[in-house]
Amino acid sequence: MMAELPKEGGQFRTRGGLAGYFRVVWAVADKDVRTELRAKEILGTMAAFSLLAAVIFGLAFDLRVPRTELVAPGILWVIIMFAGVLGLHRSFGSESDLGTLTGLLLAPVERSALYLGKTAANLVYFLIVEALLVPTLLILFDVNLLKPLILAGLLLGTIGYVAVGTLFAALTARNRARETLLPVLLLPVLAPLFISGVGLTAAVLDGRATSEAWPWIGIIALYDIVVFAVAFLFIDLIWEQS
Amino acid sequence: MTGPSLPLIRCEQVRKRYGHRRILRDVSFSVAAGEVLALLGANGSGKTTLLRIVAGLDKPDRGEVWLGPVPLSNAGHEIRRYVGVVAHAPLLYDRLTGLENLRFYARLYDLDDAEARIEHLLRSLRLWGRRDDAVRTYSRGMSQRLAIARALLHDPPVVIFDEPDTGLDRQSLDDITELFTQLRSRGRAVFVTTHDAARAFSWAERVYELRKGCLQQIAGSKRNGE
Repeated sequence: MMAELPKEGGQFRTRGGLAGYFRVVWAVADKDVRTELRAKEILGTMAAFSLLAAVIFGLAFDLRVPRTELVAPGILWVIIMFAGVLGLHRSFGSESDLGTLTGLLLAPVERSALYLGKTAANLVYFLIVEALLVPTLLILFDVNLLKPLILAGLLLGTIGYVAVGTLFAALTARNRARETLLPVLLLPVLAPLFISGVGLTAAVLDGRATSEAWPWIGIIALYDIVVFAVAFLFIDLIWEQS
Repeated sequence: MTGPSLPLIRCEQVRKRYGHRRILRDVSFSVAAGEVLALLGANGSGKTTLLRIVAGLDKPDRGEVWLGPVPLSNAGHEIRRYVGVVAHAPLLYDRLTGLENLRFYARLYDLDDAEARIEHLLRSLRLWGRRDDAVRTYSRGMSQRLAIARALLHDPPVVIFDEPDTGLDRQSLDDITELFTQLRSRGRAVFVTTHDAARAFSWAERVYELRKGCLQQIAGSKRNGE
């Protein structure tokens, strides 16, 4: 049945409501993960980089650091930050290269639903890489990062990182120099997240009181809220001329 | 349904410039239901820019595009449901199969009868036998046919083709000619760009040329005997 344009002065029928919105989010995330499981471009690169970086840090600090708890928080967050940049630029970059970004923008869906779908898929990649990285650091540095507050901070921090990273990936998708532009734009914006993540991990590993860890969690959560608010405000603008 | 007297595409005094270069200068035209309008022009003449503006992917600096009674400048995202675009690139995911590509786009368009519609399109475009193959294994002609299926999936009243004849063999070109006949008979408004003047005349009721940003109607369209 042909879609019919409304008569003069008529209104469009908006389909689906909130459920329809989240069906689009799910469709985009599902498509991205399905494509990535076949291509293994993002996951393969991020996982290989993370494990190699962990080994190199292990070799670099093995003989000189008296307590590995002193360096482990920094190592964890530095590896996640740089591994993330490697994966994020492919998020919209591959769509731009294939021309499919135009296909997405032609669809009658909210731009923010496309953004959220991409963010969800990126979150899956990050969590898979972190699930490999944390045990690797346990083996190499003999540091147990499997503690509830560290894992909560890692999850919240990853959500914030992926949210801001996906937004910047959308911003740079059509730029030929996106591979260098993305980290230059992204890393300064990640500074509060990085400082809070390291602060939280160090507080827990040092065995300090839980009350010292919670403010860091609060900062990370606040960062996440601000990032999503900014993303929802600007995502239409970013794609207006795409 | 919108009556035949009201054009499905109406472009009024559209201007566009990139930097100091004027791409489109007061371009105006309309396409009625059941009509095919072809646009000729050299590379870089602004055909794709005009097409992107009509598709709602780009905004004019001045002027307005109407789809039926709806001005694009005031329309929300729902207006995109009424346009199908066959772009120069196929807009397909090469790691996914043909079927998965269409299912994905069907989810974006929230189609009620997606599976039946997909099967109908794949069969009519001779792709049903290859539906489970990854798109990267498709030939140029097959990718183009799947791109057409993607654009027609939601059965839009306005269909836009950007140089659909590029790199296609004789059979695929005949398929496109036949497709235009079908779209015309079903009351769709078709806007197509091409480099090939002879093909434009065989496809369209009216043929325009975009030259130095201005639209000029070319006399002698074989279809309407001008």
